[in-house]
Amino acid sequence: MGANFRRLLSVDRLVDTSLPVVAVIAAMLIGALVLLSLGVNPLEAYQALVRGALGNVNGLTQTLTKATPLLLVGLGICIAFRGGVINIGGEGQLIAGAVSATAVALAMPGVPGWVLVPLAMLTGTIAGAIWGGIPGVLKAYMGVNEILTTVMMNQIAFQGMNFLLRGPMLDPAQIAAGTNIPQSAALPAQAWLPRLVPRSLLHAGAILALVLAIVTYFLLWRTTIGYRIRAVGLNPHASRYAGIHVPRYVILSLALSGAFAGLAGAVEVTGIHHRMIEGLSGGYGFTGIVAALFGKLHPLGAIPASVLFGALLVGADKMQRTVQVPSALVIALQGLVVLFVVASDLYVRRRTRRRVDSGGGEATEPITPSVKAIVEEVAGD
Amino acid sequence: MIRDLFTLSVLVGIAHSGVRLATPYLFAALGETFAQRSGVLNLGVDGIMLMGAFSAFYVVFNGGNLWLGVLAAIIVGGMMGLLMAVVSVTMQAEQGISGIGLYLFGLGLSSLLFKTMIGSVEGVSGFSRLHIPVLSDLPILGEVFFNHNILVYLAYVLVLVSWFVINKTTLGLKIRAVGQNPEAADSLGVSVNGIRYFTLILGGSLAGVAGASLSIGLLNVFQENMTNGLGFIAVALVYFGSWRPVGVLGGALLFSLVNALQLWVQVLSIPIPSDVAVMLPYLLTIIVLTITVRQVRQPAALTKPYERGE
Repeated sequence: MGANFRRLLSVDRLVDTSLPVVAVIAAMLIGALVLLSLGVNPLEAYQALVRGALGNVNGLTQTLTKATPLLLVGLGICIAFRGGVINIGGEGQLIAGAVSATAVALAMPGVPGWVLVPLAMLTGTIAGAIWGGIPGVLKAYMGVNEILTTVMMNQIAFQGMNFLLRGPMLDPAQIAAGTNIPQSAALPAQAWLPRLVPRSLLHAGAILALVLAIVTYFLLWRTTIGYRIRAVGLNPHASRYAGIHVPRYVILSLALSGAFAGLAGAVEVTGIHHRMIEGLSGGYGFTGIVAALFGKLHPLGAIPASVLFGALLVGADKMQRTVQVPSALVIALQGLVVLFVVASDLYVRRRTRRRVDSGGGEATEPITPSVKAIVEEVAGD
Repeated sequence: MIRDLFTLSVLVGIAHSGVRLATPYLFAALGETFAQRSGVLNLGVDGIMLMGAFSAFYVVFNGGNLWLGVLAAIIVGGMMGLLMAVVSVTMQAEQGISGIGLYLFGLGLSSLLFKTMIGSVEGVSGFSRLHIPVLSDLPILGEVFFNHNILVYLAYVLVLVSWFVINKTTLGLKIRAVGQNPEAADSLGVSVNGIRYFTLILGGSLAGVAGASLSIGLLNVFQENMTNGLGFIAVALVYFGSWRPVGVLGGALLFSLVNALQLWVQVLSIPIPSDVAVMLPYLLTIIVLTITVRQVRQPAALTKPYERGE
């Protein structure tokens, strides 16, 4: 008990959890300098941001609504990065999930909701898994860099969506009205997710995301599959000698990662828009990465992280409306947070190595696993 | 309708646009080639391009000289490259992730600056077509190859310069050594991190020029996220061209010709879904990467931060 207690209180832990917080504060300070040089009062801007996101019930429900897709994408990123693969394809996987969930829900208007909703979710999840799995297969068996293929798959999904929303999936009402706004027809009402708070957008998908965060935690730390995913991420060579089929787990990490992003797409369609629209992905594929990193690539850490970044997104819109500071500020801040978090990782790695060298103490894992080692592993097969 | 595509004037138009539109790909991808040959994957090219595009546009919009605009893009791009170097070389961050950070930073900052400092979409008069005596007046060839602005020509000259620097100079040898075997390079007295700082700053500057070539050369406007992922394609083109400037040229031309084709398909309102056509280069890139990955050796130290052993 004594040792555990000390571990809980240890300075390392404290530093580890505070590093992302420091990163956000540093990013906001730099943001403040930028605002000052633009002649904007940073205090006023940040105040409007915080008040907009958390100041009233409306802002809070919007924050949680935005946090939902971020958490889902972020959970997938946790799995991928823990598994030693870098998935930049969240946007494309989300679009793939959203489009296919829409198609299924539109194709079966007569099916009752208790069948249709899970079916749409499942379809979106599978579509995302396929969209992420393709780069996984190419990496595992051919050694193709997954960063590039996931980026390419984003573009393909994006163009595919453009094509579908302007052609086969275009809302017949839009054609009749001659407006041709690129969006699908509205989903039948039984395919809509129930709302949690009346007169708000907050929907049951938020609860689903929370449950899945806990499931992902158990998957990664309490099951053999999760253990192997992490082992491959930390050291593919050793994993191979330990008898783990490395390529299989590379594919699994990317497919699972894509599955979560695909589910996020299905949830956005059935929970909020009730149809497929352009711009539905809204950058969640990238912001989800930021949230996952901020949560130290831990599924439970991703929960507060997605709420924070959801709040930033909501607050940014309010800030733009009330004090006319462009919401793009928050995108720049996200970028800085990522840069600071990955840069501060050096500190954790150095300390880990010191511990290992001196042969004592428990090593805290650095958050970015040895992605490079996997490339050699695969190429050397 | 589709027969409209195969008239001489349209084909010449497509070829002309293709040669022209390769410009931003070339600047960005050649800069990225230097960085990757030295062992650093800079995934933030798109963000740097946006910052370069904005800086150049801002200078020209406020009455500055066009070359001053290019200079601004070079400086701002170089600073973004420096930022990437600090995070990825000195702080040894995972390059795939830090690049995304740099991208988001550039994307957000360029939009923020644009909205506060300019506000609405405005046009400027950018670099105009250069008339080269005799060459520009050649039939067909003149229109396709010799009727462009100076930045377009510079992009093609840069292919040769890059090839020469990488393969025929001591600096190029050092860059290749650092990317292939940093330990050996270090033991011979080459500063591994110094070279990587240099290539990242150079790559950043060239990505800045790539952005400028859009905002004051080809399109002559600035819009939020106007690159639309072009910088990510530039990174892929380096793999596509197997880390050789000439290969990069081939990939850039492929992408720009397909883009040009798609633009003309729209202009002539030919009933080919242009979104499907736009997908093809990305699909092709994945296929080419898959086919060539076994034959082409990437720089051995690519994405590996260097730290001296004890």
